[in-house]
Amino acid sequence: MTTHGVLQITLFFVVLVALVKPLGWYMARVFEGKPAGLNRLLAPVERLIYRLCGVREDEEMNWQRYTVAMLLFSLVGLIVLYLQQRIQGFLPLNPQKLGAVSPDSSLNTAVSFTTNTNWQGYGGETTMSYLTQMLGLAVHNFVSAAAGIAILLALIRGFTRRSVEGLGNFWVDLTRSTLYVLLPLSFIFALILVAQGVPQTFGAYKTAKLLQPTSYDQAVLDQSGNPVLDEQGRPKREKVTVTEQSIAVGPAASQIAIKQLGTNGGGFFNANSAHPLENPTPLSNFLEMIAILLIPAALCYTFGLMVGDTKQGWAILAAMTVVLVMFTAGGYWAESAGNPMAAGAGVDQAAGNLQPGGNMEGKEVRFGIANSVIWAAATTAASNGSVNSMHDSYTPLGGLVPLLLMQFGEVIFGGVGSGLYGMLVFAIIAVFVAGLMVGRTPEYLGKKIEAYEMKMASLLILIMPITVLIFTAVAVVTDIGKASIFNPGAHGFSEVLYAFTSMGNNNGSAFGGLGANTPFYNLTGSFAMLVGRFWLAVPTLALAGSLAKKKRLPIGVGTLPTHTPLFVAWLIGVIVIVGALTFFPALALGPIAEHFK
Amino acid sequence: MWKRELRPALLMFLVLTVITGALYPLGVTGIAGLLFPNQVDGSLIRKEGEVVGSRLVGQPFDDPKYFWGRPSATGPFPYNASASSGSNLGPANDVLKKAVAERVAALKSADPENTDPVPVDLVTASGSGLDPHITPASAEYQVGRVAKRRGLEKAVVRGLISGQTEGRQFGVLGEQRVHLLGLNLALDDLTKKSQ
Repeated sequence: MTTHGVLQITLFFVVLVALVKPLGWYMARVFEGKPAGLNRLLAPVERLIYRLCGVREDEEMNWQRYTVAMLLFSLVGLIVLYLQQRIQGFLPLNPQKLGAVSPDSSLNTAVSFTTNTNWQGYGGETTMSYLTQMLGLAVHNFVSAAAGIAILLALIRGFTRRSVEGLGNFWVDLTRSTLYVLLPLSFIFALILVAQGVPQTFGAYKTAKLLQPTSYDQAVLDQSGNPVLDEQGRPKREKVTVTEQSIAVGPAASQIAIKQLGTNGGGFFNANSAHPLENPTPLSNFLEMIAILLIPAALCYTFGLMVGDTKQGWAILAAMTVVLVMFTAGGYWAESAGNPMAAGAGVDQAAGNLQPGGNMEGKEVRFGIANSVIWAAATTAASNGSVNSMHDSYTPLGGLVPLLLMQFGEVIFGGVGSGLYGMLVFAIIAVFVAGLMVGRTPEYLGKKIEAYEMKMASLLILIMPITVLIFTAVAVVTDIGKASIFNPGAHGFSEVLYAFTSMGNNNGSAFGGLGANTPFYNLTGSFAMLVGRFWLAVPTLALAGSLAKKKRLPIGVGTLPTHTPLFVAWLIGVIVIVGALTFFPALALGPIAEHFK
Repeated sequence: MWKRELRPALLMFLVLTVITGALYPLGVTGIAGLLFPNQVDGSLIRKEGEVVGSRLVGQPFDDPKYFWGRPSATGPFPYNASASSGSNLGPANDVLKKAVAERVAALKSADPENTDPVPVDLVTASGSGLDPHITPASAEYQVGRVAKRRGLEKAVVRGLISGQTEGRQFGVLGEQRVHLLGLNLALDDLTKKSQ
């Protein structure tokens, strides 16, 4: 650990928190339909969209109709994205002549992007055409994030409205989130990324002459792809000399901007933001990290404004930030200590003036340890899932940080929209448990929390662990599941646990060694991602519908204040206890066993 | 209710696809091409009209007369820039232990006089397999070998290194690093001039 690393971590959180208020204010204006600066430019476009789609802006939807609209929209997108991948070989903008993606992989990817997960079983530059990337994947980066915001808005209206059925209009919320928030931010961000060196072209991959040619051995294959044997019956090897480097490029910047801002995380290239063309400089890295948390953080302030008490928003943000700071610090400590195995091999891992040291396997020199760890914590606290270092190569405790942050249910910042609605459900659980202790009917933001709300909230915290743990168990006791494991021992178990934790929580990052592009993982993973998104979204909307119908109670002497440091600590306690108790046995078999080996 | 929302669902998806999937990337491409013509194509380095690499993408080196970069886990050959990848080896994996030991041995056998411990980035694979940089520590570790092979003064080689060293951005962000391809190109230029 270096003072410089600590300085960068501090700077990151200071800049993030400084941006919360302006963006949060802007979003509140947009979602309440008030002018917010870009109206002259975008209001005509907004009205045109409604006219084209037959949407009436002022039409209110009850929770069932809001849910149906959200589900149908997601279903349409899922089907279209599946078909796009299957027929990409016949479509234009495919200079590398990439063929159809396999059916199970196409399904997995279609589900993955529709659910805002962006789990990637494929490698971007070797699988997806430019057209699929921009007209398929990037579209979902926008609309799945916008749908998440829409669900959050419905829940917020559940708190603010009284004795009504209507929760707003899904189509209006979706359009405004995309048009006024995600698009302008992405546009500016994409241009900054290009300035730093991220490509943005429709041209084919570039070819460069290597300064020093390199060579490698490969097995000789006959025409049908079988290895040719020599006289002794061993497979024949041949030496191949490489004199040129083919450099993958593409319309990358526009996609990377939204994959960071929309908590999507699906990389344009296989190595995601570790790739020097996806994340070329420390500045691009800093901004990409800010972009991971920017909207989820600012939405806390938006929430505060919309419920008429900004202190409520700050309290939620404080709980999220405290947890993330603690985990970032823990991860930084673990990775800076380096790999004990390398220490004995004549390798210098100590931090000094000329190197940051630490565990550098899977990390990039320009980022070092501090920036890799901030990213790993931020991307898993938020359900982003992009990476700038390979989590599979982290030390056991370093790898525990991203794993556990996801297992908290993606509520520490979480996905755009989805993180905050998950967090609000935890707040409801926190007031409920507190209410039980003092024997009072719990209430949150003036709404009574009763049996129906608690049933929905319980669903939200129970479904995710059930999916994650059952699929992990199935995978590690079946040959088909074990065949994909890459690293031996406890670490191999962590790979599987990480995969289903990531998909079940719509995160998308991976312990990348796991060979997850198989029918087994593609299909079970698709199921886990669908459950993780929609089985949580529907109870949330039901909860919103039930809250909206209630009266708003005045604050009394017995009301538990939900904006105090005490409540923040209590909320953190509830999240940590629920997450840690649920997953501790599984974690003991994975990273904890590996650490003590 | 399902039927009533189907039409807006289809149309809304279509309209938003046109806006975010076509107009947005085309707009970015157009403006970026005007403002940053070098970056949009991948920051290519040209020498005598020929593309010799990208400023941002590393290349493999194992000839002792060049500075070596970080090990690369891309397949089937290192620094394959159309198939980026990390090794994904776990910290306790024996394969990683063996690989690190082999890399240390290769560096030592190319430079037997050097008894310093090897800087960690020089024997661990990068996340992308395309890392264009090494740490200043790794550059310094190799100064003796390269100077000897090329018959140059160590001070001259160190001068080239400092010319290719990138500091922290704005003095704060990221880590100090040496641009490997730039350094090796500069070495070749210098050797050519002196011949």
